[in-house]
Amino acid sequence: MLELTAVSLLNGVVYGLLLFMLTSGLTLIFSMMGVLNFAHASVFMLGAYFSFQFGRWIGFWPALVLAPLACGLIGAAIERYGLRHVHTKGHVAEILFTFGLAYLIEELVTMLWGRNAVASSVPESIDFPLFALFGTSFPAYKGLMMAISVTMFAFLFLALKRTRIGLIIQAALTHPQMAGALGHDVPGLFVLVFAVGSALAGLAGVIGGVMWLTQPTLAHFVGPIVFVVVVVGGLGSLSGALIASMFIGIVQTFAVAVDYSLLDLFRVLGIGVTRASPLYEFYAIKVATAAPIVPYLLLVLMLIVRPRGLLGTRDA
Amino acid sequence: MSTDRAARTEPHGGSALQLRDIHKSFGATLIIRGVSLDVHRGERHAIIGPNGAGKSTLFNLISGRLRPTTGSIRLNGEEIAGAPPYEVNRRGLARSFQVTNIFPRLSVFENIRCSVLWSLGYKYNFWCRADKLRDANAQTERTLEQIRMTARRDTPAGVLTYAEQRALEIGITIAGNAGVILLDEPTAGMSRSEADHAVELIRSISHGRTLVMVEHDMGVVFNLADRISVLVYGEVIATDVPGRIRENRAVQTAYLGSAADA
Amino acid sequence: MKTGSALAAPPATFTAAQGNGAGRYRAWLATAVVLSVLPHVPGLNTDFGHSLLSQMGIAAVFALSFNVLLGQTGLLSFGHAVYFGLGGYAAIHFMRAINHGLPVPIALVPLAGAAAGLLFGILFGSVTTRRSGTIFALISLGVGELVYAATFMLPGYFGGEEGITANRTRAPELFGLNFGSQLQVYYVIASWALVAAMLMHAFIRTPLGRMCNAIRDNPERAEFIGYNTQHVRFFAFAVAGLFAGLAGGLHAINYEIVAADSVSALRSGTVLLMAYIGGVTHFAGPVVGAITLTWLQISLSDYTAAWLLYLGLFFMAIILFAPSGLAGLIVMHAAVVRTKAFRRLLAAYAIALVPAAVMGTGAVLLIEMSYRLSTHPELGAKMRLLWIAMDTATPWPWIVAVVLLVAGFVAFRMTWRRVAAAWDRAGDEARGGRFGGGDGSAR
Repeated sequence: MLELTAVSLLNGVVYGLLLFMLTSGLTLIFSMMGVLNFAHASVFMLGAYFSFQFGRWIGFWPALVLAPLACGLIGAAIERYGLRHVHTKGHVAEILFTFGLAYLIEELVTMLWGRNAVASSVPESIDFPLFALFGTSFPAYKGLMMAISVTMFAFLFLALKRTRIGLIIQAALTHPQMAGALGHDVPGLFVLVFAVGSALAGLAGVIGGVMWLTQPTLAHFVGPIVFVVVVVGGLGSLSGALIASMFIGIVQTFAVAVDYSLLDLFRVLGIGVTRASPLYEFYAIKVATAAPIVPYLLLVLMLIVRPRGLLGTRDA
Repeated sequence: MSTDRAARTEPHGGSALQLRDIHKSFGATLIIRGVSLDVHRGERHAIIGPNGAGKSTLFNLISGRLRPTTGSIRLNGEEIAGAPPYEVNRRGLARSFQVTNIFPRLSVFENIRCSVLWSLGYKYNFWCRADKLRDANAQTERTLEQIRMTARRDTPAGVLTYAEQRALEIGITIAGNAGVILLDEPTAGMSRSEADHAVELIRSISHGRTLVMVEHDMGVVFNLADRISVLVYGEVIATDVPGRIRENRAVQTAYLGSAADA
Repeated sequence: MKTGSALAAPPATFTAAQGNGAGRYRAWLATAVVLSVLPHVPGLNTDFGHSLLSQMGIAAVFALSFNVLLGQTGLLSFGHAVYFGLGGYAAIHFMRAINHGLPVPIALVPLAGAAAGLLFGILFGSVTTRRSGTIFALISLGVGELVYAATFMLPGYFGGEEGITANRTRAPELFGLNFGSQLQVYYVIASWALVAAMLMHAFIRTPLGRMCNAIRDNPERAEFIGYNTQHVRFFAFAVAGLFAGLAGGLHAINYEIVAADSVSALRSGTVLLMAYIGGVTHFAGPVVGAITLTWLQISLSDYTAAWLLYLGLFFMAIILFAPSGLAGLIVMHAAVVRTKAFRRLLAAYAIALVPAAVMGTGAVLLIEMSYRLSTHPELGAKMRLLWIAMDTATPWPWIVAVVLLVAGFVAFRMTWRRVAAAWDRAGDEARGGRFGGGDGSAR
């Protein structure tokens, strides 16, 4: 039992940190511009593909730097040449633009790399077990991922709280019009934030592409959960995104390991339910099977009860 | 339906709108610091004061856009503090906005007609054609005539000129036959002649209604108001007839000094 | 860019039901006549043609129901397929009951879909319409994913991956219709589609429909004229759910199977594309979009593996350059078709078409070659595009494609000014006739 808890906890933390890497960029973009960037998970996917391709050409470690840079440039281009023209047309148009973009990126990726998963694997330099917990080995690349995530959070936190530009961004996070009225180049800031957010997504993609399969449907797989984290954690709050990422990461990892269902609960409580009961199928669902929908249940609940999220500062 | 309206405008102790010790703070900042006000039924009451005094906040509190931190607001004797805007409107109070707040893609006619629907009892009706509702259409026509926009009835509201939009703004406010009307800077941004037209319009629509107005244009204020309240830093420093307000020393120092050229 | 300003002109109001009651009835009558004649038109009078028309009918109802939310009430939903699919499941179960003896004609099966759509619209809507705007969009996404996952967890009701099947011919015959032929299925679908369209159009004209438009334009102001916007959203949601469920019922009859794909994010995304490409600001826009996209889906996918990419590019073009959709473009042109300047406009289009075609050819070449290489590497480097053979292993086809693309784009850009000028002229002329002054100023 302890073994299961410890291993699940560790894996949950790893998953949570990956989610955080991915959602920190989205939080910034969503909070600052009110744009629901559907293409964020797609940029994550691009990061995975870039790291695969660059890794093939020049090796993993340079790719770790170049792939996020490429994604950052793409993000800047998206905002400067695409989204900027849509801002004036309202939130619906913005969302639809990023929605169409996600669609396009998926097809472009298919066009360039095909429909099947590409053979991205853990690079040799970090393919060794870091330590063993109760007999289960903890691979080094997961350790690297944790290190990168934590460093990134520290960096972001410092940049936002201690630098001048961070201060301006914080202001623009909750009061974009006011920040603009005070003379700050808000459109330029938008490009910067979009670029940084996309670079973060790209960085997450480098690691995530190894953990999960690098294929055109990667964005579909990861996208919805990322939105859940952003909304549950709260708009405009990086700390909230961290807490929500960890919470969802751990809960989902634990849920997958739980083999009980409501039937078991009923048995313990002495409630008699037979196969003939109308909702039998529902009661028989094991928590492990239901694990994939836990984030969405959380999303719906949070949106109903507290749309601001856990630590949010802005009601969208 | 129409009997409800009549009941709402019957005297309840003479006071159409009563504010008692209203406080409103945003976070740590206290914006409204204990405002008490009595608006008599049928009067034209103006609220003036320097920028930042809290006039719009007061309107927002009364009309339900904001909730008072403490204090009571009574409309025709009924407590409405903290009620949502639609509730306040259903009880007989309508307001206009300083920044024009219309339905841009609907025609002028439709804009007005939407404002009469609830008060005539149609609510969430989805089985009648709106075009066939005689009373709604008649009341809309009447309001259109009052604001003199009959010629532009089919124009999408979004393409109207600024002054036309302001007129429509007032039209939406009065169409539902609310007994108490709040007008937030109705002549803002208007030229002299446009403002004069607006004043005549406001005068005509205020017959049989209680009117509360926020205004900066002193000419308009002294022309229209029966009584004036002066709001400075979230407090009412004086409430009186225009003549005495003009002579009030405190008001002069706080506000009227530079704007005495009415 | 001046063209932009012409294209971004305020969209025609949703409200104008052109003409009086008699004009309206004539329009619907004409539509009914066209619908009855359509399957007999040469080219469409095959089983394939009837099937195509049936699919278009289903898509049209679905897209119209989506637009009750978006174009009518300003609610963007990424999970509308939930009501379509749940309606479909209800209908297919109803059909199974009919197969087992329930004495109801198949033609009434869509009512089961509509009822389920309404029920779930009310159930989920009571909770999800508490917010609007971006949050509402996110909630709809979450509910969509929830329901989709649930279909796999409750195989008894939803049949898991294989879905639930029924037989539309094993039922009491009404007027001798046994629905063995696709033509009969088409007539049922077309009839229901017409009824649904008429009802939805009538809904817009009711007080509730007017308020839906009002809260789309300015939800805040609507509160101050006595309306609880959450309640209005809720009612709109229930209506949209009802008609989506109806479309699901039609789907059940047409395919005799309903599976998890009917509640999927893909289906939600498709109906969004249909409505938006067709045009959300006009009542018939979603129908135009449904017809166009259904046709593209069926025909284009035969010709190229890259059709989804083309669809995506088409969608982006609409968002950026024609936000009122195809219907908006049609209306925009209809407004100037009688002016003398129209001929100039057509000429400008013709001139712009040439570099655009060059650019398009270059793009298509690049896309097709890349797709071929990445998705079918086993077929080798040589390929055929229309009548041209090329060897993708050599650099020449690639160079040609890039040159065409770049040169075409540059030349195309140069023609924009001419098109914009022609539009300004045509627009002025169209307006000048009605307002005399030509500058649209008020009296």
